[in-house]
Amino acid sequence: MKINGKVVALEKKITLQDYLNAQEFDLRLIAVELNGKLVPKSAYATVILSDEDVLEIVRFVGGG
Amino acid sequence: MHDLLTIGKHDFRSRFILGSGKFSLEMIKAVIEHGGVEMITLALRRANIGGEANILDYLPENIVVLPNTSGARDAGEAVRIARLAREIGCGDFIKVEVIRDSKYLLPDNYETIKATEMLAKEGFIVMPYMYPDLNVARALAEAGAAAVMPLGAPIGSNKGLCTRDFIKILVDEINLPIIVDAGIGRPSQACEAMEMGVAAIMCNTAIATANDTALMAKAFKLAIEAGRAAYLAGPGRVLHSLAEASSPLTGFLEE
Repeated sequence: MKINGKVVALEKKITLQDYLNAQEFDLRLIAVELNGKLVPKSAYATVILSDEDVLEIVRFVGGG
Repeated sequence: MHDLLTIGKHDFRSRFILGSGKFSLEMIKAVIEHGGVEMITLALRRANIGGEANILDYLPENIVVLPNTSGARDAGEAVRIARLAREIGCGDFIKVEVIRDSKYLLPDNYETIKATEMLAKEGFIVMPYMYPDLNVARALAEAGAAAVMPLGAPIGSNKGLCTRDFIKILVDEINLPIIVDAGIGRPSQACEAMEMGVAAIMCNTAIATANDTALMAKAFKLAIEAGRAAYLAGPGRVLHSLAEASSPLTGFLEE
């Protein structure tokens, strides 16, 4: 699986929500794109990640 | 009666939009308070594993967040970034910023129009950053922009109102709030733009690179308010030659 440009091995099938929690992301503060498509927060618990997936996880930072 | 700035359906008492780049997180709150700021821009970037300090936790509760699409090189990327930003849950505002030119950081007006049209259709309140061109501003209005944000000078340059004559054309011809974004380096330049009838000023680098950021934010607040008041008051006429006494020309001692 590719996360924010880095290749990461996915050991077992896992929901997006469990994955994000395991990696200690603060779900209030992030947004996620899976294979180029926005994942609504309401779908985190039902999306199952697989090793071919490309995930982008973003947050707000300072910027003009 | 308050003189309110309306963007979309939102009313603002402040006409000072703060860009939040280049500040330490600890400084942001003081700058917002001293500047009387009600709207702040944020950028979207990749998050890091393990949790980290987040700018949202450093903002006052009532502030309106204006996410930007910085990093977008075409309309499609701007739309992707806007959707991600909205999903974080800070509202529907989006500052469209499409830049392919990394040397001068000038906006791509053509892609900006396309992104504005797509995002307005998706219900975003779209505030496009643009190079001040009347035809482009008209196309942005047609595409559903809620405001138009022409640049005063290249981003981060602090050079001031280099494009003043062209921004004035937008003020005169476009029936949307015109907000000068980028390039404003000093409060006097913000004041001049406001006197011209610009609806608001967006500013980041001028404040972030000042020695005392909070005090500079206050200086911008006062300058923007002064310029707005002068615009509403209607500046006095200019004599093209000679002079006109301010004191009465009768009742002198020797008469």
